[in-house]
Amino acid sequence: MTDASDPMAEIRASFFIECEELLEAMQDGLQTIDDGEWDNETINVVFRAVHSIKGGAGAFGLESLVRFAHRYETVMDSVRSGTMNVDNDLLKLFFRCADHLSDLVRCARDGLDSPEEQGKSLVGELDASIGLTGDEVEEPEEEIEFQPMGLSLDLGLDLPDMAASLDLPQFEIEFAPAAELFDTGNEPFQILKALRDLGECEIECVTDKLVSLEQLSAETPYLYWKVTLSANVDPAEVASVFEFVDGLCTLKIEALSVSEGAAELETDATLEDLPPPLPTVADEPIVQAEKVETKDPVVTRSASQAKAPGAAAAKSVVRVDLDRIERLVNLVGELVINQAMLSQSLESAGLSPHSDAMNGLEEFQRLTRDIQDSVMMIRAQPVKSLFQRMSRIVRESSAAVSKDVRLETEGENTEVDKTVIERLADPLTHMIRNAVDHGLETTQEREAAGKSSQGIVRLSAAHRSGRVVIEVSDDGGGINRPKVQEIAIKKGLIPADSVLTDTEVDNLLFLPGFSTAASVSDLSGRGVGMDVVRTSIQALGGRITITSQEGVGTTFSISLPLTLAVLDGMVVQVAEETLVLPLNVVVETLTLTQDNLDQVRPGLDVVRVRGAFVPLFDLGVSLGYREKKDDYTDSVVLLIAHEDGSRAALIVDEIQDQRQVVIKGLDDSFYRAPGIAAATILGDGQIALILDPSDIIANAQDPSLTKFAS
Amino acid sequence: MSDTETSTPAELLTFRLGDQEYSLDIMCVREIRGWTKTTPLPHAPKHMKGVINLRGTVLPVMDLAERLGMAPRKHTDRNVIIVVKHKESMTGLLVDAVSDIIALTENDLQPPPDMTPNAPAGVIKALTLLDDRMIRVLDLSNIIETETAEAA
Repeated sequence: MTDASDPMAEIRASFFIECEELLEAMQDGLQTIDDGEWDNETINVVFRAVHSIKGGAGAFGLESLVRFAHRYETVMDSVRSGTMNVDNDLLKLFFRCADHLSDLVRCARDGLDSPEEQGKSLVGELDASIGLTGDEVEEPEEEIEFQPMGLSLDLGLDLPDMAASLDLPQFEIEFAPAAELFDTGNEPFQILKALRDLGECEIECVTDKLVSLEQLSAETPYLYWKVTLSANVDPAEVASVFEFVDGLCTLKIEALSVSEGAAELETDATLEDLPPPLPTVADEPIVQAEKVETKDPVVTRSASQAKAPGAAAAKSVVRVDLDRIERLVNLVGELVINQAMLSQSLESAGLSPHSDAMNGLEEFQRLTRDIQDSVMMIRAQPVKSLFQRMSRIVRESSAAVSKDVRLETEGENTEVDKTVIERLADPLTHMIRNAVDHGLETTQEREAAGKSSQGIVRLSAAHRSGRVVIEVSDDGGGINRPKVQEIAIKKGLIPADSVLTDTEVDNLLFLPGFSTAASVSDLSGRGVGMDVVRTSIQALGGRITITSQEGVGTTFSISLPLTLAVLDGMVVQVAEETLVLPLNVVVETLTLTQDNLDQVRPGLDVVRVRGAFVPLFDLGVSLGYREKKDDYTDSVVLLIAHEDGSRAALIVDEIQDQRQVVIKGLDDSFYRAPGIAAATILGDGQIALILDPSDIIANAQDPSLTKFAS
Repeated sequence: MSDTETSTPAELLTFRLGDQEYSLDIMCVREIRGWTKTTPLPHAPKHMKGVINLRGTVLPVMDLAERLGMAPRKHTDRNVIIVVKHKESMTGLLVDAVSDIIALTENDLQPPPDMTPNAPAGVIKALTLLDDRMIRVLDLSNIIETETAEAA
């Protein structure tokens, strides 16, 4: 991504990583506001995120980013200070700005041109929202960039009310530390803090003595502070704050005449004890004083640390390159294979299962498994970032088709393997767009149907029996099945006289080249449809199903494995080939007898399991490894359960083992084998295929492939 | 066809399939390894022999002779798998035996004579003569990629 030889590249890279986090925090905050459960701290979090991005961007000279962030921040600041209220329109604008900001960050990162057009119109809207016209803001643009912004942070110091402080005696203090002050271990920050403890303070850090970087000497203090203190205290008390630094700084304390000039005399008296005023430095170039609203930079920083966003106890986090984790995962994978090889060779060496070596191996197996689980945990990430991206898709796509759509998310802390998350982005985007474009009715139609004019798209994630289930649902009109069937017939996807069940009709949506939208909109309906979604979900080892109810809505449900790296499998032997079945689909094993084997019709055999009939398939035949046998009595049968609850029985020759296998992706770029999900390497170095049972059953039921009939 | 590997090769790896001699641009050859038992893929086309374990990755293996339409033969110990890299994916090509590496210039190559319209789409991209033997230069992308179209 960046040139390794460039020392800045690394800092830049970490800035962009940080940006991602900040953008996430910002989105989060906006979402909280949208949900209506927010306080000032929420606004502050969003504000700080924008501000930090601006600051970092400034350091890297990312002009367009800085400019936009500044405008955004300005508007947000007026919300923060209470001069503006957040209404729906403003919030929408904030969301769009957040999106634009992410775009800018990404453009800057990848060195692309930023989308100026969009930025301009947003800046216009931002300006309009705080009542500025374009002309008014044109002028200050150049100088705004790098003023540190005061962050109003609740420091819990119980500051006296501004109005009350008006009547209090005021002191003007000028405090310029000398180099010796630092030598003796004193800290101006502490002194300023002590001053603030006395009463209302306005602290200004004066930088006019600051020299250019080349002339800067690290040990010479260049900054001094001007403090206006309003407090009902004795001037001696003010002076006592500086007790420890007496002679180590230039100090000037002046009591200002307030309404009652009572304090004046006393103050004058104290002044005599104080060191002479600071010599003026007229010959030095005057730098514009940076005004810090309430505190000096040190205070700001420590304060923001003290009150971290979310106020949750900060966990210490290490940022690790994904490549390193990949490497670790691969190594652990190899370890598992090696361990399998070892146990195989020990077994074939005829060691007693109670020997020390075998016991040790058992312990070794347990450890390997623990290591593997821990490594997988490293890769697991909450789906939150994915969901946030989806909320943007909803905003954009609903605007494009002018529907009012709200995204509801659930279970965004569900953790899934990072690779799964990444590879889910495209299919999910497509499904969300579909839901907005095709799933939801137009506003008029909704109102006519007596629904709220605002459509709802729900996105949820949950762990269910060792898999992750992600659902995209809408509360639209549901699938128009007659229309779907009509289109499928028109496109020649199904014969004109076919009679289909509702589920079958729904599944037509997954056929390649199917598009129901009567008109092709910008959004979806470009021919790449749900078939692409299904293919990518299948590539992840997942499955997708539709449920739809007329007038109530449609739900797409994706079920995915938690990880793409390992699998608990049952190793079976079929027609001389070793195959692996995911253990989670196997519910029980049984042996066929004369009594429990029945035939419904030629081509459909069933096995009776506690009174229920379960369709029976010979795995060897389904996979085309052998012809059907005449007699299946005494064959071993695996009873497998589908996601949807239906069951099937697979005939295998022998069950060998139950073990954890490392999933190796099959390069299906030129041949995708039906019924095969992936492959693994066995202890002897041979490759065994990992089956996708539901795919096999689907194929076996397909008359063109069925050869099994007894 | 604009790939470097499909442009005029400088060096070719020659190998035998039955009694015919073929060659491939040596730049796309990653390694040559002995024949090991493959794990067959269900319902795969005849020439797809299956997959093998290549140092921890799963490598699909294709019987080149069958891919080119020759009759299936028995595999012997002399058979080798030429591991080739095309675009980003690796494929193993099962051949009878590897013979030699030859260096050629463009002038040595002749375009194949016109094919009948139904002939396999340009798997042979050139012919050359070496010691009076005809050597066919294969077009790797057509061998591997036509596959995609058939499978899809």
